[in-house]
Amino acid sequence: MIAIPLAGALALLLPPDRFLPDDAAVRRYGAAVSGATLLVALSAAAAFDYGDPARVQLAVDRDWAPAIGLRFHLGVDGISLPLVLLTALLSFLCFVLVVRHPPSAADGARVAHSDRLLVGLLLVLEVGLLGTFTALDLVLFFVFFEVVLIPMYAVIALWGGQGRRAAAYKFILYTLLGSGLLLAGMLLIAVNAGTLDMTELARRHGAGVAHGVQVTAFLLMALGFGIKAPMWPLHTWLPDAHTEAPTVGSVLLAGVLLKMGTYGLIRIALPLAPDGAVFWAPWLGLLAVVGIVYGALACLAQRELKRMIAYSSVGHMGFVLLGIATLTPVGVNAALFGNIAHGLITGLLFFLVGAVKVRYGTGDLDALGGGMLAEAPRLASILTFASVASLGLPGLAGFWGEMLALLGAYRPNADLPRETFTTFMVVGGLGAVLTAAYFLRMLAKITHGTVPDDRRAAALAADAEPAAPRPETAEPRQVATRPRADAAAIAPITRYEYAAWTPLIVLTLLVGLWPKTLLDVTTAPVRALLGGG
Amino acid sequence: MIIQSIDYAAVAPPLIVAVAAVALLLGDAFDAPRRALGGASCAALAAALLAVVALAADGDRRATFCVPGGLRGDGPPSCSYVADQFTLLFQGVVLAAGVVVVLLSLDEITRARMPAGEYHFLLLAATTGALTLVAARDLVLLVAALETLSLPVFALVGLRRYDGAATEAALKLFLVSVISAAVMLFGVSLLYGATGAMHLDRLAPALGRLPADLEPVAVAGIVLVLAGFAFKVAAVPFHFWAPDVYQGAPLPVAAFLSVVSKAAGFAGLAIVLALGLPAYGRVWGPLIAVVAAVTMTVGNVMALRQRTAIRLLAWSSVAQSGYMLAPLAVGDHRLPEAVAATTAYVALYAVMNMGAFAVVVAVQRRGPHSRWDGLDDFRGLARSSPAVAAALAFFLICLAGLPPGVMGLFAKVVVFRAALAGGVTWLAVVMAVNTVIGLYYYLVWAVRLFAAPPAGARPPVPDGGVPVRAAIAAAAAGAVVLSAAPQLVLQTVSNVT
Repeated sequence: MIAIPLAGALALLLPPDRFLPDDAAVRRYGAAVSGATLLVALSAAAAFDYGDPARVQLAVDRDWAPAIGLRFHLGVDGISLPLVLLTALLSFLCFVLVVRHPPSAADGARVAHSDRLLVGLLLVLEVGLLGTFTALDLVLFFVFFEVVLIPMYAVIALWGGQGRRAAAYKFILYTLLGSGLLLAGMLLIAVNAGTLDMTELARRHGAGVAHGVQVTAFLLMALGFGIKAPMWPLHTWLPDAHTEAPTVGSVLLAGVLLKMGTYGLIRIALPLAPDGAVFWAPWLGLLAVVGIVYGALACLAQRELKRMIAYSSVGHMGFVLLGIATLTPVGVNAALFGNIAHGLITGLLFFLVGAVKVRYGTGDLDALGGGMLAEAPRLASILTFASVASLGLPGLAGFWGEMLALLGAYRPNADLPRETFTTFMVVGGLGAVLTAAYFLRMLAKITHGTVPDDRRAAALAADAEPAAPRPETAEPRQVATRPRADAAAIAPITRYEYAAWTPLIVLTLLVGLWPKTLLDVTTAPVRALLGGG
Repeated sequence: MIIQSIDYAAVAPPLIVAVAAVALLLGDAFDAPRRALGGASCAALAAALLAVVALAADGDRRATFCVPGGLRGDGPPSCSYVADQFTLLFQGVVLAAGVVVVLLSLDEITRARMPAGEYHFLLLAATTGALTLVAARDLVLLVAALETLSLPVFALVGLRRYDGAATEAALKLFLVSVISAAVMLFGVSLLYGATGAMHLDRLAPALGRLPADLEPVAVAGIVLVLAGFAFKVAAVPFHFWAPDVYQGAPLPVAAFLSVVSKAAGFAGLAIVLALGLPAYGRVWGPLIAVVAAVTMTVGNVMALRQRTAIRLLAWSSVAQSGYMLAPLAVGDHRLPEAVAATTAYVALYAVMNMGAFAVVVAVQRRGPHSRWDGLDDFRGLARSSPAVAAALAFFLICLAGLPPGVMGLFAKVVVFRAALAGGVTWLAVVMAVNTVIGLYYYLVWAVRLFAAPPAGARPPVPDGGVPVRAAIAAAAAGAVVLSAAPQLVLQTVSNVT
């Protein structure tokens, strides 16, 4: 499964004039490779024994460097399987979008062999993501965790918006700091327990590691994963990175990269240092709740669509972290569920916002004005759907994660202070209301209302003159500098965009209506991780 | 009169190099052509490398220059020169790096109008010192080898006689070397005075049963010996010579200082600490921890401010010294693991740092007076020469320790692991912060390679002929292989120590 994108990326190193000389061909090639990966992931899901999801299945286990006890150990269980599928799916959808709508840098700077590089980087990114979710050896996990950094850095730095350099540096330096602390924390446990194998460590459940060591290690790991997740107040890299990244970058960043943080907390930090987890859980919960409220308030203050959705991620990941902080099966299940739901919905939202930006040339709420429902009814409807899903309407995917997290906070682990968590629950609930507030504000602002006068006038002019040049999708951001008249005719949604969005919409509905399908897979392994609790 | 039997097989590597050094000097006196000298120098190092490989394949631990049975009493065998797997590994690293340095030098000698015979003689002599240093197991041989390594190097640094910067660098290095040698000798004499032992295998037990009133003497001796090594590996606060010397020296010599000399210094340090001074781990452990933390921080922070490639490499190699020191901070707690970690880091660092130097040598175009190695001068390298730019970017990413530079990542992992296993968690956290600082300047440089060249300037074209290209290719091949299979080094190292 990991081998396919890796081989695909390596093949792109071949000289361009001999292998796939055409840019469009390279893009189709990328889609094909990631499609094949998705198929493998799906067949892995089909081969998965759902009767026993707590067991690690489809494992590869080889000696790599026995000198430091390193093994090449991969495998999936009920916790990682949904994330693996999500990764494969979102990567594939990104490639589908790229086939028709390749990104370009804000100032029009072209990179040599641009598409080739992009496809290669995205494939490497996919390798890193899949590897992170399947690795069962601490050092191997760390290697994959790091593999993600450079491609993402390059994607932001080469195809991003105006402030892309600074955003890319901020992203990579911040996350590398996280990785450094994470490595220290993981190895601290590993050298004290004497093995690097995650299944073995999880089975021991922290036995044989002193309390103080566990507390230190959990702190280091939580900081590391918290930066990735991101946890307030370590989130400051995220809005910049999201805002500047091209659409595919944002989608993968929000949809999958953030999940590495929370997945790591659940998969590594909780089972490896349970004492440390109990010690730090109230603090984790506090930061999570602050994140929820802060994210929501920050969203209310945002004027830029992408930035707003980036901050909404902080809020949503706050719910996920709150779920983890409860240390109960319900809470952790909620976290995993929230992970998947957030990946689907926010991925969709970023796709949509990208489309909006391409069409209107701006993501500024005021500049967009209102009346999108009138101008581009389909786009606006899907945007409404995604926003409503994101604010947690019952029946859609976003609801269950938040609800279960709050439920978990109402009845936290017996070792945790009940009153504190009840307070967290109340504040978190308020945060959920705020979330609704800002999404509705956004919808009210841009989809409803009337079309701004200048744009309507331009539209009339365009109707009167059918041959008016349409904005070219290939160089969308230059539209912003042109007179508004050009942006008048809103391009309809292309087939490729539909292809990229539909699966996410369907899955959002599916997971929202039948949450049990997902919960069944995760429950057993979560119980196992929490020590039979 | 004592007649010793010498195991010539064991001393073959330094012997070959030393004989070759003298032969080259004589050859130059008889007007041997410059190319022949270069080729012979390379061949000598390669032959020594073969000898090392043969010895390693043989697998026996060979020891020679031992205290003869009649004088030994019931003490340990006390051999001065030991060719065990640890020694051979370091000798291999030193020789392989030496070959690359010679390759890099061939054009530089012509360009900078340096006398070829002297150059190769000095280089090989210094290499002999390094080879002996890593095999030395008594304090006197250690000091002598260290001097054999140092003395030729400052002559090498000053070999461009017309260049004021080179002369200044040579003088600086000379003064620092002499002071560090004096400090170290004083430390050695204190240790000898306290214990009456010179051989490390006698020193260790003697220190273990030292009467309490002699303890301050031993501690002072240990601190002074450490200070001597700290000069050698450019650890803070004994680092200040490094940037100026690197900048003033011919680039291949700077590469030699930063890789060969440093590797030998670390080998010597590890030998002394692990074999001679484990009893005082509680003394030197925390000391090294502090030095390591300060070294990596100062090196990284200063590197942030550098505008020229060579000074950046100089400060980054100071910072890397900090990472290499870090495992040794564990004191005597799980010391073998720590030595293995340091060894692995040194071996991996040698490959990637040598590669970075090789590219800088290829790209630099400097006449006698004008310098050409500002970081901005690397802009656009990716257009004029994609392969060289990719190689440099890869070395830099390796040094930063990120995938795809997996070897750098594993180097960091083993160092973290050793530090944590030894219980110095705070040092690991300092290291985590430092990797971030380090990443920034490596990345800034790497990004410049792919940026557009400044307006009106031609993109840099790497030149330097076939030897330099071969050197880059060798280093790149090594880096790629070790990134795909880092276990090669990790396994070897753990078997060795």
